[in-house]
Amino acid sequence: MTDRGFDRFQGTEGYIASDPLRHAVNVALALERPLILRGEPGTGKTLLAHHVSAALGMDLLRWHIKSTTKAQDGLYVYDTVARLHDSRFNDGDVRDIARYIKLGPLGQALAADKRVVLLIDEIDKADIEFPNDLLQELDVMRFQIPETRTEIAAKERPLVIITSNNEKELPDAFLRRCIFHYIEFPNPDLMKKIVRVHHPTLEDKVLDQCLEAFFKLRGVPGLRKRPSTSELIDWIAALRASGVSLGKIGGGLPFLGTLLKTEQDQELVRARA
Amino acid sequence: MFIDFFYELRRRKVPVATQDWMLLCQALELGLHDSSLDGFYHLARTVCVKDLAHYDGFDAAFLTIFKGIELQSIQLVEEMKAWLGDPKQLEGLTPEQRALLKSLSPEELIRMYRERLAEQKKRHEGGNRWIGSGGTSPFGTGGFNPTGMRVGDGGGKSAMALAAERRFADYRNDVVLDVRRIDVALRLLRDLGRDGAPEELALEDTIDRTAKNAGDLEVVMRPPRRNRAKVLLLMDVGGSMDPYSHLVARLLTAASRAGRFARFRAFYFHNCVYDQVFTEARFRDMLPVADLLSGSDRDERLIIVGDAAMHPAELLEPGGSLWYGARTSGETAGIDWMRMIAEHFRRAVWLNPDDERRWAGTVRILGGLFPMYPLTISGIEQAVRKLTRGT
Repeated sequence: MTDRGFDRFQGTEGYIASDPLRHAVNVALALERPLILRGEPGTGKTLLAHHVSAALGMDLLRWHIKSTTKAQDGLYVYDTVARLHDSRFNDGDVRDIARYIKLGPLGQALAADKRVVLLIDEIDKADIEFPNDLLQELDVMRFQIPETRTEIAAKERPLVIITSNNEKELPDAFLRRCIFHYIEFPNPDLMKKIVRVHHPTLEDKVLDQCLEAFFKLRGVPGLRKRPSTSELIDWIAALRASGVSLGKIGGGLPFLGTLLKTEQDQELVRARA
Repeated sequence: MFIDFFYELRRRKVPVATQDWMLLCQALELGLHDSSLDGFYHLARTVCVKDLAHYDGFDAAFLTIFKGIELQSIQLVEEMKAWLGDPKQLEGLTPEQRALLKSLSPEELIRMYRERLAEQKKRHEGGNRWIGSGGTSPFGTGGFNPTGMRVGDGGGKSAMALAAERRFADYRNDVVLDVRRIDVALRLLRDLGRDGAPEELALEDTIDRTAKNAGDLEVVMRPPRRNRAKVLLLMDVGGSMDPYSHLVARLLTAASRAGRFARFRAFYFHNCVYDQVFTEARFRDMLPVADLLSGSDRDERLIIVGDAAMHPAELLEPGGSLWYGARTSGETAGIDWMRMIAEHFRRAVWLNPDDERRWAGTVRILGGLFPMYPLTISGIEQAVRKLTRGT
């Protein structure tokens, strides 16, 4: 604990983090609690884990949650089918069950020798009971494998970063063990810095024009999905690649499809233009 | 004071547990708040608040407890003196501003600041911020006004200005929101079970059986998991419900999504259910209540949406309906029809779009028959909990 000075994460060259977000990451590091990140899609929740791991020189383990993911999968999988296969064709030593135990991302994070970053991505994709099944393991950071009578305990508690899109309410008991941060949509000043990171050679004037158009577009009432940071960056990339400038286009925005992903939204914006 | 903050949070229905508080104390011991109020604001919010919906409650509690703290800090006075003493800071001022500044002593400037802060307290509801990010007053923060007095320390806005903005008010749980939010709230209304034909391969059972068979394959099938919940929605339309028609429409859209429930039916009524309900909102085709009940499983979940506000006679007197469309025999009062419905369904709730504080009269009577919840996200969530778990 002694070498764990505060304010370790400062953002990276490729990722501009707002002050509150940096603060939240550092609190999670110091208190050794999982950090839950929420925010609009495209505000960089998942990317944060990659950049924290890069900035702090810790390995990153990714666990992408799907609707069928079970908590057990994150710990370990006992590959009974492989063992059955081996037993029938006499491949390998079937008596050694440990050979058929495959650690999942959470299992690997706990078994690691050094402190690692574990990303649990889009936790609300899974069943609503999923977070409850992880309570004990995230709390004590250890688990048992009954098949081999072994216990895996973390030497250093990993930094767990959990992202969520607000699709499901997470259980209170789970939230109590975590700390929480909501990533707000960047204001134009912060957005300018973020775009600069991705398009360092872009002219100031063009950038201002793009941002103005972008924030105006976000302000259109009734959009089903407002464009976010990642879409802005893609859009600027498309503009630059094609050489189209905003000033020359009268009326509609070029490459609207990179910003708005549904037909209704595109119709709505075209109708207003 | 910190304990006061804890209870202020709880009073504002921000669910902070003792463990959260202990964790915060631990964090403070580690110095994670940078010994500043801004740091404390972010730290406390990160540790204690686990839901965006409660950010606003947190801001409100923070304002209540810590308003004026900065004024007392000696650091502030020191900063202000340093600022006044630094000629560089005055470069951007207009001659008039310089003249004004010269005429003010530091004491006067601080007094002015206090006055404005007090004024801000009275007026912040209207969004007219005097001290904060505005940039037109000599007091502010965040670099919007380079010549201004920066309040608090560190970059960005001060905690007080942040909290005063109440930017998260839109995310409060008790505010009615869009179809998607309702969708999410309704998702919990389910009763999963395996019914019907075995169409799905039960992989684990197959492996177990096969292993027991010493490797000879034995396939085990099972029925897929389905939501078995059946839902009946009764909606009050017209008259006093008109201002809420868009809310009711959103609820209907979210509830009727294909494949959500094993069975979903929606009917309409006006004011109170009498002899019949209507299959569409224009009250043309109808279904007698007796037929509705005989055709409904007692385990169907009933959701009634309405303001339940009417003249007492419309509810309590036989033939009391003042509405021409209600073709009633006049023998049974509205309340008896309602009671009949309430007794038929084991699980029923009432969602009321009116402000909870105005529930009175007939609303209370009907609230005695059906557990009543406000038509908001948190209200729907509570109602869904009642429907699924009975609590």
